This record gives sequence, C-alpha cells and structure tokens, in this order.
Amino acid sequence: MVAWTDLERVTIKDIFSKIDYEVVGPAAISRCLIVYPWTQRYFAGFGNLYNAAAITSNPKVAAHGKVVMQGLEKAVKNMDNIKATFTELSTLHSEKLQVDPDNFMLLGDCLAIVVAAQLGKDFTPVVHAAFQKFLAVVVSSLRRQYY
Amino acid sequence: MSLTEKDKAAVKSVDAIGAEALGRMLLVYPQTKTYFSHWPDLTPGSAPVVSHGKQIMGGVTEAVSKIDNLRGGLLELSELHAFKLRVDPSNFKILAQTIMVVVAAMFPNDFTPEAHVAFDKFLAAVALGLSERYR
Repeated sequence: MVAWTDLERVTIKDIFSKIDYEVVGPAAISRCLIVYPWTQRYFAGFGNLYNAAAITSNPKVAAHGKVVMQGLEKAVKNMDNIKATFTELSTLHSEKLQVDPDNFMLLGDCLAIVVAAQLGKDFTPVVHAAFQKFLAVVVSSLRRQYY
Repeated sequence: MSLTEKDKAAVKSVDAIGAEALGRMLLVYPQTKTYFSHWPDLTPGSAPVVSHGKQIMGGVTEAVSKIDNLRGGLLELSELHAFKLRVDPSNFKILAQTIMVVVAAMFPNDFTPEAHVAFDKFLAAVALGLSERYR
C-alpha cells in the first residue's frame, strides 16, 4: 500500500485538473519517440516516424498519447489502489505488447518535462516531488505482472 | 568588451538553473540527500544548496567548452567524484533529468523536442565523462 499524504493527493489531482490532456499526452509520447528513439520499436505500425517533425505531426502518435492520459487518469481516480487498477494493463504490456519495462520511466521522464513546460512556475519542487512519486507508483504497478 | 545586460541575464540564469535543479533533486529524489548529510539545510533555496548549485552548473558549463573531448576534459572532475565524493553514477542521470525539468519549466517554448534530445545526449555524455575514472 502506498502512503499518500493529504498534500500529495491534493497536488496530484490539482496537476491533472490543470494540464490539457490533448496537449500533454501527444507531446509526451512524441518526445519519448524523439529523445529515446529505440522506443520506436513498439510503434512500427504507426507509419512515418522518420524525424521529429513527422513524429510530432503523426495522428496515430497523438491518438496514443490520449490513450496514455486516460490510463493515468484511472490511476488518479484510484490512487489508493493503483496496483490492482493496473493489473490488466500490466499484463497487456508484458504479454501482448512485450514492452521492456525499463522504457516506462523514459515516458515518465518525458511526461515530467512536458508537465513542467505546461505549468511553468506552478511546477514547484513540492509539486514536482508529488508528481515523481505518482509516476514511480504507476511504473511500479505496470511492472508487476512481468514474469 | 564588457558584459551586456543580456549576457549578465544569461549567466545569472545558468546559476539559477543549478540552484533550482539541486534543490529540486534533493526533494524529488530523496535518496540523493545521503550525499549531503554534512549540510545544515537541504531545502530548496538554502545557502549551501544555492552555492553548490552554482558550482555544479560551473562544471556543466566547463563541459560545454570541452564538448569535443568530454572523456579527456573531465578527468579531474571524474577523479573527484570517483575517489573523493564516491557518488554512485546512477545519480548523474537523476540530476540530468532534474536540470532538464527546470529548463523546461523556465523556457517552455525553447525546450523543443530537438533541443531536449540534444541536451539529454550531452548530459549523458557528461555523465559518462564523470564516470571515466571510477574503475
């Protein structure tokens, strides 16, 4: 069981109420594919990922960014049981998609940077710390069903 | 040749980035505090954090000037981190990520994906240079 302080709960919900899912999701996935190009191995069916411009304007990438945000929102709504909430998603990533779990924090790092860019001064060290803890819990839950 | 207001602002922002990044790192990745048990105050904005943040960014700026030979150019700093400070190299990555978050928050329009990948590569290369003398 993860111990969330009241401040952390409020902060996480606040972050997710302030960020624009339509912007953050696609931006984070695009950055991940651009900054860590080996992650493209999981998106072979997405068409043109040839350069940064192509990735940023790729509609399948953008659509997938929104899917990721929906997943994260599930975690925000079930903060006391992210592990169970993500059992199916974890199995999906492990058995069907066969994603190397080390990649999860790469996307996490890109999310932190995109959210920081969106919130600017409001992404204070305390807010950043809560977000990083949230990401760590999400990543750990996604890793759980890997055998 | 004297410093213009724009030059001074750029230099001051580098120091500010260092102070901000270090303070954040200690809060966001608490395991990094273990290297600073000798400081009286580890909170963001405290005197030791601000001055040490400046020192770190000084090192990063030095690395920029030695960008064509990071492994050779950072040997002294590598020895410091390897033999005296004994910092686990995984922490270099942590600080690199924190620096980039600070840069993204301060300059959201300039920290494009292209700038991000270049900076990430550079900081990874600096980390490698700092690890050179470890073993």
